[in-house]
Amino acid sequence: MRWYWIDRYIEFHSGRSAKAIKNISLAEEHLHDHFPGYPVMPASLIVEGMAQTGGLLVCEYGQFRLKVVLAKITRAVFHCPALAGDTLTYSATIESIRDDGAMVTTTSHKGQTLQAEAEMFFAHLDGGHQDKTLIEPRDFLRMMRLLKAYEIGRAADGSRLKEPPGLQDF
Amino acid sequence: MPTKEEVFQKVQNALVEALGVDEEEVTPEATLVGDLGAESIDFLDIVFRLEKAFDIKIPRGELFPEDVLTNSTYVEDGRVTEAGLAELRKRMPFANLDEFAKNPNVQDFANLLTVADMCRFVESKVNVTA
Repeated sequence: MRWYWIDRYIEFHSGRSAKAIKNISLAEEHLHDHFPGYPVMPASLIVEGMAQTGGLLVCEYGQFRLKVVLAKITRAVFHCPALAGDTLTYSATIESIRDDGAMVTTTSHKGQTLQAEAEMFFAHLDGGHQDKTLIEPRDFLRMMRLLKAYEIGRAADGSRLKEPPGLQDF
Repeated sequence: MPTKEEVFQKVQNALVEALGVDEEEVTPEATLVGDLGAESIDFLDIVFRLEKAFDIKIPRGELFPEDVLTNSTYVEDGRVTEAGLAELRKRMPFANLDEFAKNPNVQDFANLLTVADMCRFVESKVNVTA
């Protein structure tokens, strides 16, 4: 099993913003217990989905060569529950990005309704962590392909988003 | 050009948002780590907010020169050397290092910075009116 909490990207603007959708299904096992008789998508997994939407955006900006970790969630507000059958649209916007990290604001919408919002930080690991492998760049590439990022994505200059040179061979 | 009071208010606001503390807790004397509970990742958060609030650029290591503390030239047996203290004074003219210099344990350094130090740091980056 892979830890995917988004189904596909519907927008991907390199270095700026992205949107992804998450379809919530009763087939997801975690909904059976959360809660019995009232299946609600756990807030933590919505945060994870928003973080994946923004995290891959940050990783792509660094051409998947920097080690990016979700370091902090400064604020998260949930306005209403997300239930089986709902489609959530996660939006992520890079507010600031530099060599040591990125600040990203995210939202989750059910249709036009704001369902949740969060502000989060991604750190670029360096120093003693630089030798550690978190996720292989090729696995990022597979994930991006699976989520259709290169089918709908745009580079900073508005041209079609391309896979990073040197990683296509995998 | 902001006044000193405006600088303090914006710094206070940045710390309230970044650290989830109450406004009353953010006094000039409060230390960022000891009193306000800042952790290492919070410094990046604070730096981003200060850059946005004051439209300034804060290069890595300028507010918190962690590279000095990991440099073996400046640290011996967990203590900052005289050369290290001189380097810190040069890099952090906005902070009062006198107390720290009496017993310069590296692990105590994180608790050095106060809200007032941070205001002085920002004031050095923007033109402040009297």
